[in-house]
Amino acid sequence: MLTKRIIPCFDVDNGRVVKGISFVALRDAGDPVELAAAYDAGGADELVFLDITASSDGRTSVYDMIARTADQVFIPLTVGGGIRTTQDMRMMLEVGADQVSVNTAAVERPELIAEGAYRFGSQCITVAIDAKRVPGTTPDAPRWEVFVHGGRTPTGRDVIEWARETVQQGAGELLVTSMDTDGHRRGYDLPLLRAVTQAVEVPVIASGGAGSPEHLYDALTDGGADAVLAASIFHFGTYSVGSIKAYLAERGVPIRPVRPETHN
Amino acid sequence: MIAIVDYGMGNLRSVQKAFEAVGHEAVVTRDARMIGDASHVVLPGVGAFGDCMANLDRYGLIDPVCRAVQSGKPFLGICLGLQLLFTESEEFGRHQGLNLIPGKVRRFPSGLSEAAGTVAAHLKVPHMGWNEVRVTQAAPPLRGIEGGAHLYFVHSYYVEPEDATMVSTMTDYGLSFVSSIWRDNVFACQFHPEKSQLIGLRMIRNFAEWQ
Repeated sequence: MLTKRIIPCFDVDNGRVVKGISFVALRDAGDPVELAAAYDAGGADELVFLDITASSDGRTSVYDMIARTADQVFIPLTVGGGIRTTQDMRMMLEVGADQVSVNTAAVERPELIAEGAYRFGSQCITVAIDAKRVPGTTPDAPRWEVFVHGGRTPTGRDVIEWARETVQQGAGELLVTSMDTDGHRRGYDLPLLRAVTQAVEVPVIASGGAGSPEHLYDALTDGGADAVLAASIFHFGTYSVGSIKAYLAERGVPIRPVRPETHN
Repeated sequence: MIAIVDYGMGNLRSVQKAFEAVGHEAVVTRDARMIGDASHVVLPGVGAFGDCMANLDRYGLIDPVCRAVQSGKPFLGICLGLQLLFTESEEFGRHQGLNLIPGKVRRFPSGLSEAAGTVAAHLKVPHMGWNEVRVTQAAPPLRGIEGGAHLYFVHSYYVEPEDATMVSTMTDYGLSFVSSIWRDNVFACQFHPEKSQLIGLRMIRNFAEWQ
């Protein structure tokens, strides 16, 4: 049976891991390569790197960081941040990424998704969507708006419509971050997750708001997510991947065991 | 020497690094002579089927790959490198493969489902993540890998060999599909051993030590 994935996320700024509280007030949480190796050994199913300075800084340091990580870590790596062309995608894949994540550039030019999917296969293309609840919409008929540029710029686009369009273009997976819950550690945005997972056929990674193992359980069950992404609860040592996996397995969620299943 | 066939597609570095991590040097090459001289040949794969075939052709690699398969030396196909061995694929229209293994490459149908413990799961395509294998034949690269081991998959298409006796593992995702095949010197798998942590590295080492 396909297991649910637990994905530590690294927001990377100038080669260091940081994590924002609602996209501001960054704190340094460590060296990406060291962290990646530790998470690999600790049972993480995949790692996501989001280069939050990508649009303003040079790309070289990111390529180098991904290459060094890929040398040591033998689980899937997804890299996003500032990817604007299929050439950018190709560079990331060549240095060791398995998937690339696009956000702002895809909103500005949705054909980028189709170009990437045709060139590298849909499974390589993750579309990241930053969603913010539209003020005034009611809890029984909520709507969310797509934001870009790291959550700074509203687009006027509806999240569910955009999610459907990205899949039509060839997105292989969606990474859905709630800007309302991100960094607050009070749980994922379950209505948002339910709405997106019911609207599309591709896997959905839940992001934004994890503060306890129960929040991850809720996202994977009630929210319908295929994977959960979290940063602060892992980076600051609140919970280990292993302890969260034990909790989820106990509650009947299919999980890849942390201990390797080989013998001589 | 282990040769990893470079046809300009996807993440070859991680395959090479996986061999290095288990103490075996591997070269990434598109040189026909190096592939011919290699003791082991790996055909990795990330990308779209049609593009990959076009690139193999563009770089003059169709003959070297076919010769490697027929040479009797250990050959490893990974993901698309498994699918390319087959007759044809229905990815983005119809594409001819290398036709070394009679059979087809099909897309997972939409609307698959399975009961996942307490969670009723509606299955997504691509099939992405860690899933179990059932070992049906003890292929040399699978030595030490137990049934129920979790391996990393990411694909929307799966192979259907005409000859069922070459199946070495099966995996369930709404339907039961062939997740690896073994025939003589050829082992090819839908999962990514280079992305499957310690179990995957074990498989990489087994392959490197396969004579």
